[in-house]
Amino acid sequence: MIKTIISSELPIGEQFLVRKNVLSNGNGGKRICVVTGTHGDELEGQMVCYEVSRIIQENIELLDGTVEIYPALNPLGIDSLQRGFPNFDLDMNRIFPGNPKGTMVEQAAYRITEDLKGADMVIDIHSSNLYLRECPQVRINVMHEDWLVPYAKMLNVDFIWVHDAATVLEATLAYSLNSTGTPCLVVELGVGQRINDRMCANLTNGVFNLLRNMGVWKGVEDALPSKPIVCKGDKVDFLNAANSGVFLTEQKTGTVVEKGQKIGAIVDPLSGTVLSEVISPCLGYLFTIRAYPIVYEGSLMARIYKFDEKEKSTGGRDL
Amino acid sequence: MIRETLYTMKSLHRDDFKIEGFRFGSGEKTMAIVGSMRGDEIQQLYICSQMVAQLKELESQGDLDPNKSILIIPSCNPYSMNVSKRFWAMDNTDINRMFPGYDQGETTQRIAAAIFKQLEGYQYGAQMASSYIPGSYVPHVRMLKTGYENIEAAKMFGFPYISVSTPAPFDTALLNYNWQVWGTSAFSIYAGQTNNIDKKNALLTQQCFIRFLKRIGVIRKPVKNVGYDSLLLDEDNLVRISAKKAGLFTAQYGAGDYVDEGATIAIITDPNDGSVLEEVKATTSGYIFFAYNKPLVFQHSLIFTII
Ligand SMILES: [Zn+2]
Repeated sequence: MIKTIISSELPIGEQFLVRKNVLSNGNGGKRICVVTGTHGDELEGQMVCYEVSRIIQENIELLDGTVEIYPALNPLGIDSLQRGFPNFDLDMNRIFPGNPKGTMVEQAAYRITEDLKGADMVIDIHSSNLYLRECPQVRINVMHEDWLVPYAKMLNVDFIWVHDAATVLEATLAYSLNSTGTPCLVVELGVGQRINDRMCANLTNGVFNLLRNMGVWKGVEDALPSKPIVCKGDKVDFLNAANSGVFLTEQKTGTVVEKGQKIGAIVDPLSGTVLSEVISPCLGYLFTIRAYPIVYEGSLMARIYKFDEKEKSTGGRDL
Repeated sequence: MIRETLYTMKSLHRDDFKIEGFRFGSGEKTMAIVGSMRGDEIQQLYICSQMVAQLKELESQGDLDPNKSILIIPSCNPYSMNVSKRFWAMDNTDINRMFPGYDQGETTQRIAAAIFKQLEGYQYGAQMASSYIPGSYVPHVRMLKTGYENIEAAKMFGFPYISVSTPAPFDTALLNYNWQVWGTSAFSIYAGQTNNIDKKNALLTQQCFIRFLKRIGVIRKPVKNVGYDSLLLDEDNLVRISAKKAGLFTAQYGAGDYVDEGATIAIITDPNDGSVLEEVKATTSGYIFFAYNKPLVFQHSLIFTII
């Protein structure tokens, strides 16, 4: 059943609408929410929402509980190719938990948060942005590590990044929910403005795996979920551009790179020269690679999870 | 006066990115003034450029204390200004959400780090600010409640108002938050407008700067202008008026006007048939602190705050 959770007037004959699809069956009391589209340039969640919704509706007898699908928290952004919330030039994921008496966008954030509160799990799907390509991963604030990592492992992703607490991140949807007792997993995958079918299919399987493990889905397992690398503490190398130029690479995400391996090069088309070579500083797992070729000094080109001695033989996975 | 290039960065195809600074005097780091950090902060740039001209004039007449050093950076972001983008055009990041910066980090973190290195250690710091909500403000000094805010010093400007506000989580990456935490008495200066030059408020703001510089001993000759006995406001206590309807917005009053309770201060009309959808009433008597100034209004948009 499609429900409208926000309806607010735009200046010229249009309503700003945020909608969800509520799918229920059986006696199970659990409620799992799949949300996406906070950033209008991130589209992988569109396919995952479609697939989850389609599979549940085709096999409704296997559902025992409620799954709610919110495919667009920032519908104006998605429909107008803008990452932020249009007209406010604002990152919607920096204003949670919102304000019931605030501006249109603050009120929207408030009502979204209130609507999600109390769910047994919220899966918030992001897709990186235009600039970076990410392997499928879950990001967890270190404060919520023990609570959320077991759930993240069910999502069939390759990588779980337990990151430091940062004050600026306290205004994200996930933080607002987690800090008030509603578990929320942030998934990042792919690249902005594109859909990677294989990654989305894998994540869809992960969503059903999580539903199954939480007793909400009675369908059988397709395949064993992947065993993700769990990255904690200061184990990520950031490769930032030494020069402004054009970054050329053939590197894929989700691959093991050797220390000293060439990742790519920054070149200058005007002079026809290589400005700098981009070399991996360590043996590890490359989980982020730059997708947008133009770089300035400092632009992020890659992120590599450094293997320690033990992980050199296991590839970082807990076998 | 010394004109100095404080930071440069090469770009792929554009001329180099440069941040220019103007230094007056030497010795004790007394005051730094920062103009635009975003590409649409034109009023902010204008006021700083006028301050450079005025201080140059005062210096040439021997009216500045040479032992007190002043730094003015009219624009931290000429690249965005030259392509009419509010934020860093490549990735839409905001330099003023990157402080204290990181010199090994992403581009705008590096720019913020370079700016912060120049600005650290000044006794007083003023940044010409703007808000993400479009509108005009009564000129005022704003400070975040960090526990380090120096209200007594803010009074030396003689602006009509001083406002204080509780920082939100993402405010911790603002220049002024970090300036305060690192020991500078930091002020955000709202000079009315953002995109346009508003000469009246620009002049008022320049006079406030001159008054401040006189009171801290930078300007040695007598200054003949009177200031306000600033009223201290807590932004949490301002009366907020939001649009009940969306449509075409025409204001009857603007920032700085006094309104009586019950007065019609704006009208929202239907964009198609012109019928009146809402007569916006003042819910209290007082001076308008903020007034929305765009022709299209959204439902629930903040359109006025009244003191
Ligand atoms: Zn996102």
